[in-house]
Amino acid sequence: MITIENLHKSYGRLHVLKDVSVGFEAGKVVSVIGPNGSGKTTMSKCILGMALPDKGDIKINGESVLKKHAYRSQIGYMPQIGKYPENMKIRQVIDMIRDIRKEATNVDEELIGLYGLKDMYEKRMGSLSGGTKQKVSAALAFMFNPQILILDEPTAGLDPISAEILKSKILKEKKKGKLILITSHIMSEIEEVADEVMCLVDGQVKFHETIAEIKMQTNEARLSRAIAKIMNGED
Amino acid sequence: MSKIIKYVFYDIIKNKIVLAYTLFLLLLSIGLFNLGGSPDKAILSLLNLVLLTVPLISIVFATTHFYNSYEFMELLVAQPINRKKIFMSEYLGVACSLSGAFILGVGVPILVFGASLTGLYLLLTGVFITFIFVALAFLASVITRDKAKGIGIALMLWFYFALIYDGIILFILYAFADYPLEKATLVMTALNPVDLGRIIVLLNLDVSALMGYTGALYKSILGSLWGIGLAFGLMLLWILIPILSSRRIFSRRDL
Repeated sequence: MITIENLHKSYGRLHVLKDVSVGFEAGKVVSVIGPNGSGKTTMSKCILGMALPDKGDIKINGESVLKKHAYRSQIGYMPQIGKYPENMKIRQVIDMIRDIRKEATNVDEELIGLYGLKDMYEKRMGSLSGGTKQKVSAALAFMFNPQILILDEPTAGLDPISAEILKSKILKEKKKGKLILITSHIMSEIEEVADEVMCLVDGQVKFHETIAEIKMQTNEARLSRAIAKIMNGED
Repeated sequence: MSKIIKYVFYDIIKNKIVLAYTLFLLLLSIGLFNLGGSPDKAILSLLNLVLLTVPLISIVFATTHFYNSYEFMELLVAQPINRKKIFMSEYLGVACSLSGAFILGVGVPILVFGASLTGLYLLLTGVFITFIFVALAFLASVITRDKAKGIGIALMLWFYFALIYDGIILFILYAFADYPLEKATLVMTALNPVDLGRIIVLLNLDVSALMGYTGALYKSILGSLWGIGLAFGLMLLWILIPILSSRRIFSRRDL
């Protein structure tokens, strides 16, 4: 569904992505892991067109997305740190995005209901805690039934119950045949929801395999140990 | 695009600065018209104050607004909207609300106390100057990501156009006083939108008779309808060049 070909991206002198080529298929939950600063967020920002690649191409359903914008109606994005206009209320932010995305017909308000956001509708975004902002981000990402979901550290900052709600929502959307990309550092969580793991180190793809295969290759029952084994084994 | 402009307006109206700006202009104009003397005199004093304050307030307000809207723009960039549209909506939202404040604050007193063609030119000049300086502010804001630096660049631009440029012109005129400089001054004027605006209004007041040979040349070139059209055309270029180049920078950079 998404194909990334020879992607290069640098910020000034810092070469963040070095020749990344990878493909993701629909109906899968792919977890993107890697140390801090390895280019995970940059890769998702490139897919969204927020960061512009220096070289290479990104294709969604076979069509290049560079310098285009309409394709973003197919993507729901939940940023790592949601930034919102401080003096807008939750209701205004949600209404505004809906107003802008008027062409979307079936609106999914499940997360708004499950997170009880309606009770907080009149609160200003600037006064919200980090976790509540995350809930708003999640609700917005899932709202328009996108075919692709990009979630950047979705459960960081969420309380256990809210994280659980999000995880079950992810699995539910996966069953509908959507592609879900999750960057995360929490191995137990990845093991719960993901089918494949893609590992970025220093801007290069270290491996991209299914979880079952990783476990088999390393002879480990737990994903965290298996991944630790791969990382240490090559150093 | 109109939808996004609506939200930009919404944000600006909630911010009381534009209201304060309107009141300030209103008080200033009513005060000047009531100070006695003819309406022409009032318009002349108003012109000098407007050419100093409108660029300053436009450029500072637009720069801070741009940096404060970063979150808003980031939110929209992940949506299926063209980045250029986001940028132009921000620009039109800010420029139109500041122009609206100017038209209310200066236009209403002119209409009440001394409606004339000169008054209309003053109004048009003010609106053009607002659009130009908001465009320059946006250019300053896309050049650097650092808010303090951006406001610094914006203030430097204001200093240059409102004060330093005139100093340079005076210096050139003084240093080359022995040469015919009429045409050169005309060109130099075109290179500063504030001067351009000043001359459009001055030429429609009788004071232009006091400006000597250069004034006579201005009057012969810019006094006609054609000349006024040319001057406003140049002002239009002063809007388009900065805003189109900043739009280009904005659509090609990382957010």
